[in-house]
Amino acid sequence: MTRRNGTLASVAAWFLALVWLVPLAYAFWSAMHPAAYATSFNPLAPLTFENFVRAWQQAPFARYYVNTLMLVSLILATQLVLCTLAAYAFARFTFRGRDLAFFLVLLQLMIMPDVLIVENYRMVSALGVLDTIPAIALPYMASAFGIFLLRQTFKSVPNELVDAARIEGASAIQILWRVYVPLGKSTYIAFGLVSVSYHWNNFLWPLIVTNSVNSRPLTVGLAVFGAPETGVDWSVITAATVMTMLPLLVAFLLFQRQFVQSFMRAGLR
Amino acid sequence: MTKPSPERWGSPLWMSVYPWLLLLPAAVLLIAFTHYPILATLYETFFVTRRNGQSTFIGMDNYRAMLEDPVFWQVLHNNAVFALGTIPTSIALALVMALWVNRNLRGRAFVRLAYFTPTILPMIAVANIWLFFYTPDYGLLDQLRGLFGLAGHNWLGDQRTVMACLIVMVIWKEAGFFMIFYLAALQQMPPELEEAAAVEGAGTWHFFRRVTFPLLMPTTLFVAVNAVINSFKLVDHLVIMTKGGPNNASSLLLYYIYEVAFTFQDRPYAATLTMTLLLILVVAALIKFAYLERRIHYQ
Repeated sequence: MTRRNGTLASVAAWFLALVWLVPLAYAFWSAMHPAAYATSFNPLAPLTFENFVRAWQQAPFARYYVNTLMLVSLILATQLVLCTLAAYAFARFTFRGRDLAFFLVLLQLMIMPDVLIVENYRMVSALGVLDTIPAIALPYMASAFGIFLLRQTFKSVPNELVDAARIEGASAIQILWRVYVPLGKSTYIAFGLVSVSYHWNNFLWPLIVTNSVNSRPLTVGLAVFGAPETGVDWSVITAATVMTMLPLLVAFLLFQRQFVQSFMRAGLR
Repeated sequence: MTKPSPERWGSPLWMSVYPWLLLLPAAVLLIAFTHYPILATLYETFFVTRRNGQSTFIGMDNYRAMLEDPVFWQVLHNNAVFALGTIPTSIALALVMALWVNRNLRGRAFVRLAYFTPTILPMIAVANIWLFFYTPDYGLLDQLRGLFGLAGHNWLGDQRTVMACLIVMVIWKEAGFFMIFYLAALQQMPPELEEAAAVEGAGTWHFFRRVTFPLLMPTTLFVAVNAVINSFKLVDHLVIMTKGGPNNASSLLLYYIYEVAFTFQDRPYAATLTMTLLLILVVAALIKFAYLERRIHYQ
């Protein structure tokens, strides 16, 4: 590559990077300046946290945070247990109907709960849990993606380790817990990051099944808060928007490599 | 590594029950929230709910009604426009980004970060930010146009511009995600190729067109299929930006299903529309699996 071409490409790469940051930079600008400066970008504009304070006071964001935290923890915890058990069965046991069962699991990769909103709403309401956090979590608790990833991981565990544990008299569950789970650590981290990001950001299903402050996650709370009929200031809405995305953004900045690798594994399944 | 051998503890009977016990909790939830809903959706399409709440069997009438529903065709058309508008451009951008970031670029980590960050943001937050960009007169877009003396425009309220606005936003959101797949593929490419090409005196563009691009073809296909699937699932932004409007100009199939089911309360028709969406997703997934299968054989 010629040097001139190289410099040109570098300039273009940087230019695009800056353009790509504009929406985010704008959100932070607007959130941290008085409403009067929301549309005029005066570098001398005074900084303020007033917008965050007002957003926090005008809507129960503290509760929304708690709801989202409970939601992602509930989903992740159940997913880890259920997927580990199922993946163990698929990876290490031969039984009649295994291939068919595995195909039926993989079906969820094609037809995700996100598109079965009509019937899943009916199911959740038949169970009498509408407008609760478990209602948001239920369709996602058994994750085909998690089962698939962990099955691959468990299949690569060397037999020698399993045999050694068996000679020591460990039961099937003990072997799962002492041999397979520790060896799957990187898969668990990858799956965990994808699951938490996905459910932190998920919107349509939570919007459908929640109807009150007690169960609404942040994304739905933000949509309710930002609806035009509420007449809230733009600056306050952007402050709320920043609050919604900040925890994940900070986590991403701290653990970039893990995030990128996990997202890639999720895409490549 | 040794070939994995199945685990064996205890009697054959116990060993045939044991894996099913392990599967049971996941199976119950999968059946309740994936398999049963799929069958229930199909079943529901053959009925109509009368005003008194009774269901009556009507055969294929819901499907007939769907084919005669202009909004159905409009949302399918919108989905096609949305896919064609977002996918090729974001893939091309993703490839360019990956090529740039893969080079010896000063501040490479920062540039890569800038490209990837939109991926992890909630769609609903992204929609809020971009909603402001498109606000008539006060929004960033109209302010920029104002510098050139151009009048404000109701970008999201105009049938001719609303789709383009949403497409630009989604390209911004997705390009960085696709980039990481190209980046992974580029890093797998043997460096000798480039060295050999340099010796032969092949230019940058020539090398890209004859070597890099063909070698990245599997990645491109893979990303494209995934992007198509995504484009049918992505409707969060419509809820707060346009509600599918104006006049259904920005509505997509899943958003229409949501409206029919929860605003118009017509469950059988929503189920019929869902069957169309499921058909599309299954076809896309079959293409993907067929392709994955082939890739495994190559390795």
